[in-house]
Amino acid sequence: MSLETTRQLKHDTPDHDRRLDGMAQGVLGTDMDRPEGRLKVSGRATYAAETHPEGMAHGYLVRAATIGRITGSNAEAIRAMPGVLHVLEDERMIRNAAQGMAGESPVQKQGQSWYVGQPVACVVAETFEQARHAAQAMMVTIEPDGTHVFDAEAEGVEVDTPEKKQVSQGDLDGAMAEAAFSVDHDYRTPSMSSAAMEPHASVAQWDDEGRVTLRGSYQLLRFNKNELADVLGVAPDKVRILSPYVGGGFGSKLGLAPEAVAAALSAQVLGRPVRVVLHRRQVFETVTRRSETKQRIRLSCDADGKLTGIGHENLVSQLPDEVFSEPVAQGTHFQYAAPNRVVGHNIARIRRSATGSVRAPGEAVGVTAFEIAVDELAKTAGIDPLEFRLRNVPEKHPENGKPFSSSTMEATLREGAARFGWQHSQPRQRREGEWWIGTGMAGAVRVNMMIEAHARVVLTGQGARVECDMTDIGTGSYAILTQVAAELLGFAPAQVETVLGDTDLPPASGSGGSFGAASTSTAVYLACMELRERLAAKIGVKETELTLKDGVATHDNRQTPLTEVLGDEEWRALGHLKPGKAGQEVRQATWGAVFAEVAVNDVTGETRVRRMEGTFAAGRILNLKTARSQCHGGMIWGIGLALTEALEHDPRDGHMVNRDLAEYHLPVNLDVPQLGVHFIEERDDWANPLQAKGIGELSICGSGAAVVNAIENACGVRVRRLPATLDQVMEGLIAQG
Amino acid sequence: MQFELDVNGERHALDLDPRTSLLDALRDHLGLTGSKKGCDHGQCGACTVIVEGRRINSCLTLACMHEGDEITTVEGLGAPDDLSPLQRAFVEHDGYQCGYCTPGQICSATAMLGEIEKGWPSNVTEDLETQVEASIEEISERMSGNLCRCSCYPGIVDAIRQVAKEEARA
Repeated sequence: MSLETTRQLKHDTPDHDRRLDGMAQGVLGTDMDRPEGRLKVSGRATYAAETHPEGMAHGYLVRAATIGRITGSNAEAIRAMPGVLHVLEDERMIRNAAQGMAGESPVQKQGQSWYVGQPVACVVAETFEQARHAAQAMMVTIEPDGTHVFDAEAEGVEVDTPEKKQVSQGDLDGAMAEAAFSVDHDYRTPSMSSAAMEPHASVAQWDDEGRVTLRGSYQLLRFNKNELADVLGVAPDKVRILSPYVGGGFGSKLGLAPEAVAAALSAQVLGRPVRVVLHRRQVFETVTRRSETKQRIRLSCDADGKLTGIGHENLVSQLPDEVFSEPVAQGTHFQYAAPNRVVGHNIARIRRSATGSVRAPGEAVGVTAFEIAVDELAKTAGIDPLEFRLRNVPEKHPENGKPFSSSTMEATLREGAARFGWQHSQPRQRREGEWWIGTGMAGAVRVNMMIEAHARVVLTGQGARVECDMTDIGTGSYAILTQVAAELLGFAPAQVETVLGDTDLPPASGSGGSFGAASTSTAVYLACMELRERLAAKIGVKETELTLKDGVATHDNRQTPLTEVLGDEEWRALGHLKPGKAGQEVRQATWGAVFAEVAVNDVTGETRVRRMEGTFAAGRILNLKTARSQCHGGMIWGIGLALTEALEHDPRDGHMVNRDLAEYHLPVNLDVPQLGVHFIEERDDWANPLQAKGIGELSICGSGAAVVNAIENACGVRVRRLPATLDQVMEGLIAQG
Repeated sequence: MQFELDVNGERHALDLDPRTSLLDALRDHLGLTGSKKGCDHGQCGACTVIVEGRRINSCLTLACMHEGDEITTVEGLGAPDDLSPLQRAFVEHDGYQCGYCTPGQICSATAMLGEIEKGWPSNVTEDLETQVEASIEEISERMSGNLCRCSCYPGIVDAIRQVAKEEARA
């Protein structure tokens, strides 16, 4: 093994070198298949629950049926049931999953049931069937501890209004009073679930040195490791987490969840490996959900359709003692210019299950409601909604005057409109049988972020290996990290192996907030640039004059195979990205435009999406295929938000009524047409040395509004409480006569 | 209880709790973890396997009820270096992302194409007199029992259509 050298970047300035544009391999940005694809389609990729260490026992969580102080249980009787090995009632069990990037334990049980469905015990048995049966027989006594509020809009609810999250500029009331046109409405988005297809699962195993290995399904391993260590009261180096394959995350696997803690604690007590898998209904209840929102949106404009005032005042819900709250207005701060502005953020402390980050926290519901309101104002002003948006493209950040790193709002609107064949029309103009046909559009916007990341690249004459604790939750990390290394080091992708999902490897960014691809790719880029420098030095040329392709170095009109340069050596380099001023001096964001055509049934109120086109700009696209799939995903989440998805909470105790996949309605195949996705080619030098930005969340931020706006265009019914269920559309149709 | 299962052409002797579902027998006792557990309630389709030529949710049936049945899981359809046409097409069209629902999608699609070939109608079939086509709408309808939260439906439909066309030509 040779020396490992490190290249660090503190990201303070834009990178105008665009080195990737000068590389020769030609694999980055292509539609390369995912390297792990063959394992996934043949059922050979192993997910968290699928490793069965010798002697593994099975745990099943027990749920609290009410709220209050835990005063006892029938654990003794449960211990006598067939196969039962242990009944875990440890006070260190966690109340709910940790928030993303917490890095420390979430609120622990400590004798309390905070919400209906909280895990309060875990029964461990020899077999899964025995554990499930015993867990269902377990009764935990809970004494009521007073009256609680379950609805954010209920009277007497405790509301936090954090000062830092309120904005007031100019005079919005005055602007509204003087405006040529204005709208002032309340919009509501529902409580929602990530509903990743793989339920959370953990297999915990302790070794003789007091170190626990957890095979889990998590997004942010370096944070999750610290979270588990904190819960257990051990040093972080006593925890190893493995998540090579993650069956979807969407925020639900950002933070350590109750099954991991139950598995680790039970395995420690029993001295044997323990697996705990959340039942689907437990996933719904114990993992953070997206908050329901109430959004009061006020907009005013002059006679030319130029915005003069923007108000976006929001109410979200959360359990006591959680720091996160859905940042509804995150996109509103900069999406449109207007001199008079109010942003309000209010957090109701209620006893529904904890809320947390779900795909595109903030913009997913904030931009959606806002883009419906913009449509309403454009209609009121008698202006084509596309044209209305084009008249209000901001030149700089409207609140703080900072420049945008790149602004592609106009380009995506124009390109998207051309691709869709957008034509402004009045409502209720097209009818096919009993179906009203209409079109709608919306802008999409999402903040862009990077976080600290490390990655190691090991180079030999035959190829390279990328190593870090990055996760691939379906986002395409295996593909893009392979491509970045292959491009910079001049190998075919098959010569590059990418090893992820192990906290014993260098700590990467993890997957979340659309920061994963850009952050960890930059770390890989830095490691590869370090290796290029070392190759150039050994060959005796300047790094910038070195061309690497197909395992051969070309320099000074000569060619040297890397096998000759390295011989039997193995070179290692560590890339280390530290975010810096580049993220603060400019507003970095990704932009898009979504257009939809829907049919609304005049008899039943049913809406079918017939056509949907998304045009997006997110800097350099690293892999066309995986980026397109991410956008499909976001647009379809938009369909779900617009039409079908809503968690229903019992008003009496806040419990989640429809906590399974039969009653919580994800879009299914027939709900979705063959979508169009197009990318605007772009290099954002402020983003990072790859000029790439996050793509995983942008497409959900507005897609739902395009559908809701299309419903209005089709049949004249304006829905302000999502999802636009049949009953609401029917009511509107009847009201129109 | 003791019984035998015939999976992917191999016979396995098992001694399991009678409550063991077919899915858990495959995943936890035969090492065939390709079939996935997404809901354990017959709601998501991730556990779809082919039993006696028909696609079923293996979480909704007990293992001991299938002695003598011919069971095919995703592992039996192809291996990483010897993929079935549908498995290859799913890779090419990115008809998956996280990969968790994928084995169920592929088992379901494999059997579904056979159902179309046999002329079984679906909820969206307009004409019951003529041979049903593997159209986008027919495929989407017939694949709607397999949820995909990554929402790869466009890629899934493209992959299945490609194979349906190849098979029609063959």
